[in-house]
Amino acid sequence: MSRVKTLKSLFKRYRRPGDIVFAWIALLISIFLLSQLMDQTAWRNGGKLFAQPRFWPAVSLVGMVAFAAFHLLGSALSERILGRWQEVWLWISSLEYAGWFIAYAFLVPYVGYLPSTIIFAVALALRAGYRKASMLGIAVLSAVTIVLLFKTILKVNLPSGLIYESLPDGLRQIMLTYF
Amino acid sequence: MENLIAGLEMLARWDVMLALLIGSIGGVIIGAIPGVGPAVAIAILLPATFSLDPIVGLTMLLGIYGSSMYGGAIPAVLINTPGTAVNALTSYDGYPMTERGEAHRAVSLAYSASFWGGIFGILCLILLSPVLALIAPMFGSREIFLAALLGIILVILAHRGQIMAAGLLAMFGIILQTVGLDAVTYTQRYTFGYSFLSSGVDLIVVVLGLFALSQALFLLTAPDSSPDAKPITGRMGAGIKELLGHKRVATVASGFGVILGMIPGTGEFTAQFMSYTYAQKTSKEPERFGKGSPEGLIASEAANNAVPGAAMIPLLALGIPGEALTAMMLSVFYVHNVIPGPQLFQNNIDLVYGLYFALIALNIIVMVFLLFSTNLLTKIIRVPTRFLGVMILLLSFVGVYSLRNSLTDCMIAAGFGVLGLILKRLNLPIVPIILGMVLGGIMEVKLRSALPRLNTPFDMIDRPIAAILFGLILLVLVLHLRTLIKEWRSYQPEEDHELHDSQTR
Repeated sequence: MSRVKTLKSLFKRYRRPGDIVFAWIALLISIFLLSQLMDQTAWRNGGKLFAQPRFWPAVSLVGMVAFAAFHLLGSALSERILGRWQEVWLWISSLEYAGWFIAYAFLVPYVGYLPSTIIFAVALALRAGYRKASMLGIAVLSAVTIVLLFKTILKVNLPSGLIYESLPDGLRQIMLTYF
Repeated sequence: MENLIAGLEMLARWDVMLALLIGSIGGVIIGAIPGVGPAVAIAILLPATFSLDPIVGLTMLLGIYGSSMYGGAIPAVLINTPGTAVNALTSYDGYPMTERGEAHRAVSLAYSASFWGGIFGILCLILLSPVLALIAPMFGSREIFLAALLGIILVILAHRGQIMAAGLLAMFGIILQTVGLDAVTYTQRYTFGYSFLSSGVDLIVVVLGLFALSQALFLLTAPDSSPDAKPITGRMGAGIKELLGHKRVATVASGFGVILGMIPGTGEFTAQFMSYTYAQKTSKEPERFGKGSPEGLIASEAANNAVPGAAMIPLLALGIPGEALTAMMLSVFYVHNVIPGPQLFQNNIDLVYGLYFALIALNIIVMVFLLFSTNLLTKIIRVPTRFLGVMILLLSFVGVYSLRNSLTDCMIAAGFGVLGLILKRLNLPIVPIILGMVLGGIMEVKLRSALPRLNTPFDMIDRPIAAILFGLILLVLVLHLRTLIKEWRSYQPEEDHELHDSQTR
């Protein structure tokens, strides 16, 4: 009994709810990746072991499986914390914002950097729960500042929107270059 | 001497000075806002600095790195929420002082201690540089391999209580960097037939996902809050006088910062923790620690500010980053074809001195800025957290998309953003993934280039530096085993959980 207790204290960590779910997923992914080692890496005949293209993937994946197994063991030996599935649901719900990000990236080459940044700043502010006109105004202002700073002043490599092509001549050039 | 002057000349350009000014003041503001932190800011700005001169880009990022901890002390002291993870211990003594009505004393003391630590660290390094220039050429492929291996081991072991998770994530970092076409044998590794994986997973995409996007997701999925700090009154210079009464604590704490800053994988948090423990053990009033002891505040702030300068040592001399921020800076060097390592210390020592002078200048700029604008900062930190999340999400796009205008990169970054969110929510460390990627790459390349000169495995450690490094690796492992056995045998009292919640800030 006392041995189990010390083993427990050895692997005890300051955990949060959902830890064991992460531990299982990590272990399963590690095992899957390790099982693909022969297919996904090559072995060169005659080469030294340490210079093989398979060497480092093998070392890291064996390490991953071992650490993931111990992590799971540690998690399983610790007390259960309530709220596991609520936490997992929060992880899943974060995919919505990841989706917003990808949609924003998808839209920029078509709608242009300035319009899409303003649209997304306002839409995301609304989604985040802000309803006051002042807050939405600040969102627009921040979006314009971001565009001015990165595209206009720092000339960071961002695409011009297809929509700009339909603008009148003088304005089109300015929008294509600076916004 | 002429190298020192050449270093100074590097800074005497308007664009460098402007970058330093923007970086250091921006860094203070970023550090002061709980929920942003230097890693988020550096990750976002990284691609933007690629188009600048190396010295301009580096001084701007260095400015953010070196000054964020000054700003982080403000919310730590005033609202008990550290602005950056490394200001955690500052809140231990800073906030009780605020509750006693000594907010002004605590803030000015924190600034002064930070300044002391910052300057002490850089002076040590300037004095140390000639020695490093002598030692650096002794590092060949096998020594750098062993140093990187030591770094990986230290990163894993430094995460006490989470070693298995840190190991898992470090190994994940190593496998990530192997994905794609192997540069030597031209064989595919873990591409699963997808062409977009052939060129590998870009470090900056991973960094932006794990640090910036994950923070946006973290803030957006949590309830909204708006930190409320009260303005403070009084002369900010008073702390300097009080600090001079605690020179010993400040100097020893800075010393810890320098030593631990140089060792990869340990960094600010360990330095702060060790110097705090030292200050408490040697104090005449140890019972006041945690209840508003000025010595505790000095110990933690002096230690964490001595780290940035020291962390540049392994980065510049060996090309080995010790933590996430220096790992990000390494990519700036690579983009500009300046390869940090022994040659840099031999041939470009002026650049090294230039960076040190930039560090001195930024400490002075920040100190002057803070003496006059602390109350302005207490207003800035009131940004609602979800709004901050929206802004970080929009800014992350600039970072990811500007790399190569690729939607696939954005999708990969979004994936890593979700992974980062999960790790943050679970209070698991993110840094091992980044260091695994960088150090894993270094280990693979250096081991390969060392192989032709090795006939037996013992040739790996037949040179003095290699033997010392190997000895250190063994020592670290043996010490760790010893601690494990000690823990096995003795009962561990409950520790303060809050202290370990370093990933959520």
